[in-house]
Amino acid sequence: MTTALFYILGFTMLAATLLCITRRNPVHAVIYLVAGLFALALMFYLLGAPLVAAWQVIVYAGAIMVLFLFIIMMLGLAPQEVPEGPGWQRWGPLVLLSSSIMICTVLLILQDPLAGKQIGDFYLAPQILGEALFSRYALAVEIVSFQLLFATIGAYMLGRPLPKGEDQ
Amino acid sequence: MIPFGHALAFAGALFVLGLTCVLLHRQILMILIGVEIMLNGASLVFVAASAYWRQVDGQVFAILLMAVTAAEVAVALAMVVYLWRRKRTLVADEFNGMHG
Repeated sequence: MTTALFYILGFTMLAATLLCITRRNPVHAVIYLVAGLFALALMFYLLGAPLVAAWQVIVYAGAIMVLFLFIIMMLGLAPQEVPEGPGWQRWGPLVLLSSSIMICTVLLILQDPLAGKQIGDFYLAPQILGEALFSRYALAVEIVSFQLLFATIGAYMLGRPLPKGEDQ
Repeated sequence: MIPFGHALAFAGALFVLGLTCVLLHRQILMILIGVEIMLNGASLVFVAASAYWRQVDGQVFAILLMAVTAAEVAVALAMVVYLWRRKRTLVADEFNGMHG
């Protein structure tokens, strides 16, 4: 049951992401990405990470994607199509790079160098995760909080009104 | 029971899709979305490894990665708004000058 769910969620996630990256309209792309992130959150839950799954839904699918949607709608990008995509000449290197990496991934799955390495039943209670986060990894939490503070200051600096004459 | 290799394969495929999105699009917002997809692939590797080795560390790093991503998105979207105000366009090719 767990295994079947894992594969269904995995292919749902890949399909939603594929639809996301091929959209021309940014709003559609973000909506598909939210669907993919929900599938990923359920995969986290299956892999025994309920707290990470909850935060994936709250922070990623909730806050970050809404921020994207907010910017798209504030700038009025939704009805406007992206200028015509790159021609076949420009697609060549892209297709070559992506397909070679993808073929390597498929070959690795078929060859299966990790044969028999199964992820057993695992469930990490949020309490244990929180204790680790604030004891062994307290320094990392402090550094990340500093980074969030710097990001706030940086966003404020970038959001200041432009000097006169530089705004078109 | 989930094969560890297949969890890694899903994460790798997600990363490649994100890379494709970065290379395919010329609009800055779509490039940012591609970066988001790649970061999600990375966090799937962290969580799967955490479940495989039955350690807490991978999940801690997945959460830290989420916080780092939130910071990155805040600055990057502020930059998107700044670039839009400068040139009224978000096509990455338009921003090719370095004059202050």
